[in-house]
Amino acid sequence: MNWILEIFLDILLITTAIVALQAKDLITSAVATAAFGFTVALLFISMGAIDVGFTEAVVGAGIVGVFFVAAIYRTTRKTKD
Amino acid sequence: MTNPSQSLIIKMVSRTLAAFIQVFGLYVIIHGHYSPGGGFQGGALLAAGVLLIRMTEGREASQPTLATAIATPLASLGAVIFAGLGVVILFFGGNYMDYGAVPVPGMEPAMIRYYGILIVEVGIGLAVMTGLVSIFDDMVRTNRQSGPDLGKGGLS
Repeated sequence: MNWILEIFLDILLITTAIVALQAKDLITSAVATAAFGFTVALLFISMGAIDVGFTEAVVGAGIVGVFFVAAIYRTTRKTKD
Repeated sequence: MTNPSQSLIIKMVSRTLAAFIQVFGLYVIIHGHYSPGGGFQGGALLAAGVLLIRMTEGREASQPTLATAIATPLASLGAVIFAGLGVVILFFGGNYMDYGAVPVPGMEPAMIRYYGILIVEVGIGLAVMTGLVSIFDDMVRTNRQSGPDLGKGGLS
């Protein structure tokens, strides 16, 4: 049962990473990065590292997303390449 | 960011949610020394509550929650609590941050160490919370006096 959940989380991890790299709108990239961080946190917790997963959930899914949005606010929203 | 949000839904949801996020942050700090979590995670949760209000209510309207001017001094106070408690142990003859060395009457060293780590967690939480809020305030600051306004072209 546990390996089904982990394979689902792995697929979600790769999907959010590709979305974060390929999106033209940088807000989409920031939200996908936050989703990536939360998926990594769930994977850490499924491996038994509760404290690492908690830190990753708070920082990777919360604070980093807010800082990315603040950085986009000061620069441009669309990517050039 | 600098302007308050126009949406009533966003305002009401963020106001309600920020209180619960901060209560959970306090829970994580207080229970941090014998369960997962601790000062850093709880402080980041407290900062997330403040930043949610900062993003939706605008920078000026959200100053009563945590003013920008006192954010950096409170971060320094948290660092002083963290490092200063370790220095206090030195005057009682113990090693740096060996909290059990403080002679409190009626308490065994294990319980003194328990409460010492709790005080240190509170200091770390204070430093992390105000430090993250201070970083966010510096990132969205509108410095029209000292340079060009870089806020154009963003989310407005």
